[in-house]
Parts: sequence; structure tokens; C-alpha cells
Amino acid sequence: MDLFEYQARDMFEKHGVPVLPGIVASTPAQAKAAAESLGGGTVVVKAQVKTGGRGKAGGVKVVHNPADAEAAAAQILGMDIKGHTVHKVMIAAGAKIAQEFYFSVLLDRSERQYLAMCSVEGGVEIEVLAVERPEALAKVAIDPLVGVDAAKAAEIVATAGFPADLAGPVADVIEKLWTVYRDEDATLVEVNPLVLTDSGEIIALDGKVTLDENAGFRHDDHEALEDKDAADPLEAKAKALGLNYVKLDGAVGIIGNGAGLVMSTLDVVAYAGESFGGVKPANFLDIGGGASAEVMANGLDVILNDSQVRSVFVNVFGGITSCIEVANGIVGALETLGAAATKPLVVRLDGNSVEEGRAILAAANHPLVTIVETMDGAAAKAAELAAA
Amino acid sequence: MAIFLTAQSKVIVQGMTGSEGMKHTARMLASGTQIVGGVNPRKAGTSVDFDIDGQARSIPVFGTVAEAMSATGADVSVLFVPPPFTKSAVMEAVDAGMPLAVIITEGVPVKDTAEFFTYARSKGTRLIGPNCPGLITPGQSNVGITPATITGPGKIGLVSKSGTLTYQMLFELRDVGFSTAVGIGGDPVVGTTHIDCLEAFQNDPDTAGIVMIGEIGGDAEERAAAYIASHVTKPVVGYVAGFEAPEGKTMGHAGAIVSGSAGTAQAKKEALEAAGVKVGKTPSETAQLMRDVLRS
Repeated sequence: MDLFEYQARDMFEKHGVPVLPGIVASTPAQAKAAAESLGGGTVVVKAQVKTGGRGKAGGVKVVHNPADAEAAAAQILGMDIKGHTVHKVMIAAGAKIAQEFYFSVLLDRSERQYLAMCSVEGGVEIEVLAVERPEALAKVAIDPLVGVDAAKAAEIVATAGFPADLAGPVADVIEKLWTVYRDEDATLVEVNPLVLTDSGEIIALDGKVTLDENAGFRHDDHEALEDKDAADPLEAKAKALGLNYVKLDGAVGIIGNGAGLVMSTLDVVAYAGESFGGVKPANFLDIGGGASAEVMANGLDVILNDSQVRSVFVNVFGGITSCIEVANGIVGALETLGAAATKPLVVRLDGNSVEEGRAILAAANHPLVTIVETMDGAAAKAAELAAA
Repeated sequence: MAIFLTAQSKVIVQGMTGSEGMKHTARMLASGTQIVGGVNPRKAGTSVDFDIDGQARSIPVFGTVAEAMSATGADVSVLFVPPPFTKSAVMEAVDAGMPLAVIITEGVPVKDTAEFFTYARSKGTRLIGPNCPGLITPGQSNVGITPATITGPGKIGLVSKSGTLTYQMLFELRDVGFSTAVGIGGDPVVGTTHIDCLEAFQNDPDTAGIVMIGEIGGDAEERAAAYIASHVTKPVVGYVAGFEAPEGKTMGHAGAIVSGSAGTAQAKKEALEAAGVKVGKTPSETAQLMRDVLRS
């Protein structure tokens, strides 16, 4: 889960990372009040979006009084930045910047450890710096069993080439940023820019944090950080039902078991869809291992409520999941829906109790259900029905 | 031969007395796996009775992994332990000197995995998983949750991030059969990689060809492609899932996410093809590619 900048700022503050005062606002009036409570002087109004390039898009404005903060917020709220609508702004205290730096710590999947990246050249896009001037970006591996202690922090600032007078203060901030990464179960903590102010302070001026959702069980406060506004209504409904669902733009609704098989099903449907005018999958939905009839029925309920869906492909390979449960779920869901069920279903079952599962569907003999034996054949049938 | 797991492997189950552990221990016993014990400190000295196709089997429960190993000579541990307790269970297996630990659990925080993986590597324990179906050497032993009856022994080696795609491929190629199939797991950090399996299959005289299944996220497939080009002489065919996955969305597996332009299925497919690996458009097509290369 990616955090908004204001959430990252609050998290930094909690762990003693030096940040500037900042207040989040959802309306221009709130923005004005926030600017007043910050002293009424110069503030920065910053769009809160989970994407880069907001400055270039006009999503960051420096203003000098609360009335202008209100006007700037009115402009920025509702703005579209790379497909992200701005619902909140942060009103941040101004700072006189002497120098800008870069720091991040992240999960290095390939090396199965952590990686700290640091540069005395901050404020630019780090992907650009990494390509154009890789020598300016220090990369230091972090042993997961040791973390960033004082010695590692000193190594990072030395590798990045900080001058002697800044090395100590920057290393202190890096150690604190590490505690954010470690104690909050983050997979990314990035500060761009980390700044030196005219008064000689090192401050995290912006923050990007990604949290590991698998660690939610030991962070009761993380759930409140979720951006519930952004969720697609069908995604929200699926989540409430405990289903693993991602909305896509196509016309073939997909239900399967296991993340890999469902991803594969999307691809196979799109591949088959090439022969039917470019039919695409409408969603990702993994009902998981050992799914019950109820889970199957919940999944169908979500998919049949997607107005873009024109046909549904149920693709199950029963490992732990029994095809009997899947078949009962389909039959039960269609009974519950009655006349409301109008979209054709193509079902492919294999594996655990496949004969029994197919027999249940055959006995129900529902006019909307077609059984196809192979995955590729079923994908073609579902694509054909969606194009009809 | 086979890799990592044979009929001689003696297996203990950490978490055997829980509901998932009981269910899957019964399934593993039914598929012929030598299960020699379970571990639960609160139930040490007891045993768990299973009815395997009408035959009674009693499996002893030990207080620690170390006790289980010294009493039984176990050389494989499989873990059905909930996420909050997985790290300490793996650490215990590593401290006991267990050669192979297979972690089925889904939902382990990646920080825990990074820590126990680093620890296991320093002590010489091989980990498979987490968030994986385990591994099967058909006809010999099955450790994890793979349905054993969908396939049979043969000369194909299989390595896959996904459980259900492993099952799909085992089923598709049941006519040829498998030396060993390893589900390495769909988390961002896993204990055994595609490369580890490719190396083992290359060295396994019973494996004639290798099917490698990947998916979006990370660069494991690209690295595997480079490894194949320089180290693997046996034929390899590939499959990659997730062409239709949108950027920035986690597709079920914690590790299955396209970040910006990194980790796309297209890049993985191209890397594999550049290494001379034929990549199928569907699982069935991939299976056919394997049959074709074995015949030629």
C-alpha cells in the first residue's frame, strides 16, 4: 500500500524524522484555515496524489497568505494528474532551501535484502539520475539481520560523498528513516528531496512510503491509511466479501482459483479475443484455494454486477478446491439471482472431483451455462459470447 | 534421482496439529510421503492418528524440530504455520540444522522472509517458499499441497511461481510425467529461485527437459534467462502469466505487480526468447512445445 505524502510526513514525525509542519485539507476553506494556523505567512499548497510529476502538472503552488492558499487549493483540488484526481492538498510550512539531496531504502527483490540509495544531487527524478549519472547515486546493500546502524549510516553518507560538516547530521536522519522502514514494515521509504535549509537543518521535505500489507496483522493503525475514496465500487464490494478482485476494462468476467491461473486466464482470454474484434477480460478474481460454494457465489455476484461484463468465464483447476463446491456455487448463485441472471457462463473444470462437478452442472442444465473441457477452448467460447 | 526430494526423504510437519496441517498431512501420507513426525511444544509426546485409505497411521508429535530430527532422522520440514509465527518456526528449523524447509504459508511479512532467508543461507538450510504449494517428485514423495494424483513420474522438471499453474502443467503433461515439480512461491522474496531449480535440473540425470513458469513482478525470469543462456544445455520451454495485468496493481500474489515499466510479462517473455527458450501463449501450447522438443 502506497501512502500519500501527508501520511508519510505524519509517520516520519512519529519516528523523529525532522519534517516541516503540514496540515491536510479537503476543501479550500480548510486550506485557508490551515495556512492561518501555520502563522499566516508563506506556505506551499501540495496536491496529494500517489504519482510523480505533480509539480510539472501545476499541483504544487507557493503562496504568501491564507487567501492565496485558499485560491490555490480551489485550483488544485479536483485537478487530474496522470489519471489521479486530487481529493486532498497538504498545506506545508515554507522553508528556505540551501541544498537538495536524495535518500531511499527499499526491498531489493533480486538480492533478497535491502538497498539504500543516496545522492547529494536531490530534487531531480531519481530514475533519470540513475540512468544519466549513475556515479552520482550511491547504492549500499543492507543486511536484513543488521539493518542501518550508525556504522551503516556513516557508510551511506560517505559513499554518497557528503561533505564532512553534513555527514553527521544526514547520517542521523538516515538512521531515523531506517526506523520508519523497519518498525512500520515498509518496503519503500523515499525522501526526495531531503534538504539542507538556510538555517542549517536537515529536513525531509517530501516522503514516499510503501507498506507491506502482509504485515497488517501487527500494525492495527495501518488499515486507517487505506485510500477508500479511490477504490472502484466493485473492488470495494469484493474486498468487503474477502475476495481478491481487480477491475479491468474488458467484457469477459473472469473467476478462477490461484493467482497464477487467473492471471493466465486473463491472457488466454485476450489471446482468444483477438479473433473476436479484440475482446478483453473484465476483471481479475481469484477465489483462492479450498474455495466453498459460498465464495464462488459471492464472486459471481460481484462479476454479474459489472455492467461491462457480457459473458463470464469460470476457470478452476481443483487442487484443494473441489469442483463439487465450485459447481454447487454456480448453481446456487444462479438460483438466487433467478431472472436477474442474464449473462452467459462458460465453465471449465479440472482436477479435484472434476467428474462430480461437471455432473452437478449437467444435471442443473441451466440455459446460461456452457461446459467446455479445455481452458483454451473455454476462453474462445467466452470471447465469442462477449462479442455476440 | 529427482531434485531436492526423493522417496528416501524423511519429512516432519511444523504445524501438523492445526486444521490445515492435519488436512494436508493426511493428503501427503496418502501420496506416499514418508511423514515421520509433527512439531508442537504443547503436544509433545502425543501422537496424531490418520486414516489413510482405511489404514491407520499414527504420527508422533515432538516438542521441537531438534528433538524430531534426532528421534527420526528427518531431513525435510514442511511448515503450515500462521504468518505471525512463521519466522520463529523457520528460525527453529534452521537452528536445528534442517537441510530443507518448505514454507507453504501465505501472507508472511516480507521483512520476516528477508530475515529468515538471510539467516537460513548463512547456516546452509535450503528454503522453498513462502506462499508456495511445495514440491513433488511424483511416485516418490510429495511435500506441500499439490494434488498428487493429477500426474505421474517422468522426465520433465518443472519450476513455477504459481501453485495452480503448477497443477495445470502437471495435468497437461501427465502423458510424459515429471522428475520433480517445484512451486517456488509468489512472494517478492522466496528461498529457492528459478535459477536454483534450473541448476539442479541441469545436474539431474533423470530430467530431460525443463518447463519454467513465471509471472509479472521482479526480475527473476530475466535473471533465469541469462542463466539458461550460459549454463543450461537441456531444452527449456517457458510460460509467463500476466500480460493483461495493469500497472501498479497486485494480482493476487504479493510479488505479482508491474511497477512502472519494470516486471512486465512482455519483458520476461522477450528475455527468455532471447536466451533461446520457446515461450507458449497458453499453458496448453507450452505443454505442446515441451512435447515437441522432447520428441525432436
